[in-house]
Amino acid sequence: MSAGLVTVSYIGATILFILTLGGLSHQESARKGNVYGMIGMTVAILATVFGPEVTGNFEYIIITMLIGGSIGIILAKKVEMTQMPELVAILHSLVGLAAVLVGFVNFMGESTLTGVEKVIHEVEIYVGVLIGAVTFSGSVIAFGKLSGKIGGSPMLLPARHWLNLGLLIASIYFCYDFVHQAETGGGMTPLIIMTVIALLFGIHMVMAIGGADMPVVVSMLNSYSGWAASATGFMLGNDLLIVVGALVGSSGAILSYIMCRAMNRNFISVIAGGFGTDTGAVAAGGDEEQGEVVPIETDDVAGLLVNAKEVMIIPGYGMAVAQAQHTVNEITQALREKGVNVRFGIHPVAGRMPGHMNVLLAEAKVPYDIVFEMDEINEDFPDVDVSVVIGANDIVNPSAQEDPNSPIAGMPVLECWKGTTTIVLKRSMATGYAGVQNPLFFKENTRMYFGDAKESLDAVLKEIL
Amino acid sequence: MKIGVPKETYAGEKRVATTPEVIKWLQKLGYEVAVESGAGMEANFSDNAYREAGAEVIGDTRALWDAADIIFKVRAPDDNEVELLHDGQTLISFIWPAQNEALMQKLSSKNVNILAMDSVPRISRAQKMDALSSMANIAGYRAVVEASHVFGRFFTGQITAAGKVNPAKVLIIGAGVAGLAAIGAANSMGAIVRSFDTRPEVKEQVESMGAEFLMLDFEEDGSGEGGYAKTMSDEFIAAEMALFAEQAKEVDIIITTALIPGKPAPKLISADMVKSMKNGSVIVDLAAEQGGNCELTLPHDITVTDNGVTIIGYSDLPSRLPTQSSQLYATNLRHLLTDMTPEKDGQMTIDFEDEAVRGATVIKAGEITWPPPPPKLSAAAPAPKAAETAPAVVEEPKKPSAFKQAIPLIIGALLLLGLGSVAPASFMQHFIVFVLACFVGYMVIWNVTPSLHTPLMSVTNAVSSIIIIGALIQISSDNTLLMGIAAFGVLITSINIAGGFAVTRRMLEMFRK
Repeated sequence: MSAGLVTVSYIGATILFILTLGGLSHQESARKGNVYGMIGMTVAILATVFGPEVTGNFEYIIITMLIGGSIGIILAKKVEMTQMPELVAILHSLVGLAAVLVGFVNFMGESTLTGVEKVIHEVEIYVGVLIGAVTFSGSVIAFGKLSGKIGGSPMLLPARHWLNLGLLIASIYFCYDFVHQAETGGGMTPLIIMTVIALLFGIHMVMAIGGADMPVVVSMLNSYSGWAASATGFMLGNDLLIVVGALVGSSGAILSYIMCRAMNRNFISVIAGGFGTDTGAVAAGGDEEQGEVVPIETDDVAGLLVNAKEVMIIPGYGMAVAQAQHTVNEITQALREKGVNVRFGIHPVAGRMPGHMNVLLAEAKVPYDIVFEMDEINEDFPDVDVSVVIGANDIVNPSAQEDPNSPIAGMPVLECWKGTTTIVLKRSMATGYAGVQNPLFFKENTRMYFGDAKESLDAVLKEIL
Repeated sequence: MKIGVPKETYAGEKRVATTPEVIKWLQKLGYEVAVESGAGMEANFSDNAYREAGAEVIGDTRALWDAADIIFKVRAPDDNEVELLHDGQTLISFIWPAQNEALMQKLSSKNVNILAMDSVPRISRAQKMDALSSMANIAGYRAVVEASHVFGRFFTGQITAAGKVNPAKVLIIGAGVAGLAAIGAANSMGAIVRSFDTRPEVKEQVESMGAEFLMLDFEEDGSGEGGYAKTMSDEFIAAEMALFAEQAKEVDIIITTALIPGKPAPKLISADMVKSMKNGSVIVDLAAEQGGNCELTLPHDITVTDNGVTIIGYSDLPSRLPTQSSQLYATNLRHLLTDMTPEKDGQMTIDFEDEAVRGATVIKAGEITWPPPPPKLSAAAPAPKAAETAPAVVEEPKKPSAFKQAIPLIIGALLLLGLGSVAPASFMQHFIVFVLACFVGYMVIWNVTPSLHTPLMSVTNAVSSIIIIGALIQISSDNTLLMGIAAFGVLITSINIAGGFAVTRRMLEMFRK
């Protein structure tokens, strides 16, 4: 296959990838989009393998791709929908690792470049390895946090901002050192030191981020994996990698931005880590006795739901933890058959990654036309008879609107307290990830339904049927 | 301990202080329950029903009082009942300590504990034992029923073959629990409902029940301690009376519920206003027992004026719905007792640390402990707090200056210029591609529907494995080490490609209408 044909194939692959992302604008076209993506990837790989740059070792390509592909498919088949954030995080780490490996191999291989082009090439290698290493270690830590292998609370080192700054300056210094040494054929040492620094930086960055900020982190790592691919593209002079990397990078960046906006947080402050550390004192001070919660029993919950006309279900991370989505769907079906209009209100940061709740509800076969975004339904709460909050806390916290001193002040929240009754399913009175007490629980029209979400809802379902 | 529930002795009182359903709960708390024979008859709870629930039914009044450690009653005890109280006994009922000083003196001469259900503080924690609210709710409902009973027309407007029927207009004065219940009942019967209250913060509640809130063009907040109203200034009352006079000419039914704690009911409807009302109109005065909101009210009775206005002054409205009110009252009692039985061992303790119990206890071991210290929390947030926080909110939205907004653009432009001046053409070509791709990505991603954000992440993850191309190119290297590393790169990116696309596919399959 000639170089021209390869380029044409790359253009085709690029267009297919853009169509993939475009297809995700609707549920109907999304499946087709995914197929485009697979075709695009196949075209790109075939064009490369049969192109002029790959000259041998085909057997290794076939073996490794078969093994890797099988592992990937098994992973994808086995994973529970509630574990999706972990899977995505660990897959990101692979992209990061690959970027590091490709960078090292490229550096160790022969280069015919000279002068400014050589310097630029070295810098490209350096940046590619840097981003790759940060993505790799950050994703591994994110995976640990999401799967519960590492504690979810932020780890805050003293003077962590200075530490980050120091690591950044060190990276820049070693970049200079690396380019300088590379001119004389060396440079391996600074490259390795920088890789270690970048790995530490990735670990430190994600360790300092609290569980509630995980949607931002996962989308941010998504973005990084894209930039890593793009940097590799520059390094290899390959436009396909540049384009695809930039697509993924900007996609992740936009997602991070959407998530930050949904929490009314500044992107920098999320990355700098430590939710609520600046306002922690205020929050603790405002933690006064707020009155008593009113518990409710199973039969009353069922009665309220059956007698309601409008029911809004607000799922949160607790629903994912309890794996209650199937029961939620059965209750929804039962209520809809009785003529109750059941809808779902999804907050953008509900769960641990963007769109987490939608995927869980889709898995449980909740029809997506009754699942609504926060902005679509927030106005409707005054007409809602019963809101059911399942394992959510901060996203339904009225202090975001009422208390300007609250750490979550200004964050958009689902205004379920404006409805007639709110039932909150919760295991205990513990605070949410933001560590803020929730006045919703003490409102007069709120009823607390304590217990494991799955067991409680199973009991309610029996009552309804 | 044993709980005794005697038959109410007050003439016409149909309520009973416990129901068979509640007895089961009391037994769970460890108590035995004895009920006087016939106690629940008027409220449609037979002796047999009590027996089935596990209560002992005692025929003799004195035997019951002697056997019980705790007495549940509805009405305050009369002289005979005071006699029946024995040492160490606890009585829980309505007492009205402010109005019944003589009774309090008599009770305190005995070594007994008295808890007054009317003195349970109005704090959110004690709502479940607030018998005044439960009774007021019933009274409000029943007031509408009584009014409709004597009112000669429909409440709802209809267009019938026999002509048009205008809806009744109902004015409800005082939007407390009773007022709101009355609004709800009248509204659901189809009447046009208006309501007035001196406390402006109840406007939202009134409107939520479906009534129009009448506003005075006058600035004064009538919110008093504990969520009740307070006495207003003379100017305010004059403006208020003018409003009522105007409304009286127009409405068909007036239900008044205005009460100020510890004071006689304010006179809101004058004789002149009653005279100006239409023939056949009805006034229900829920404050009749405290002297009435209407000048012409006869307490405990019903009268018809010369111009055909019926004035209902019944003071036993909850008792006219005996099953319902007994059920709610018994539940209130149960909640109070639950608070007083922390161990659930059938042993009652009067803990003065518990604000609700402290408020309700008017006599402890023969000593008068009324009035209690004021409750710490009011149902509505105190006004000054709101005023304090308000300025802080106003300051916040500062628009960033145009210069500040431009800084990132300027820095970006300088960086690009700097890059362009040193970078070779080959790099710039790739750079153009890169920047354009970023923009394409930006445009495309904003269109992605939020519910597909997770599939978006998994598919972009698969797509970013395009980095496999780098590893594929390198695998042809002659150097075994480099070839090995590259092969490993191909391996892990293959995992990613297959895993990413497969899992996206699996997720998208699930999104069904």
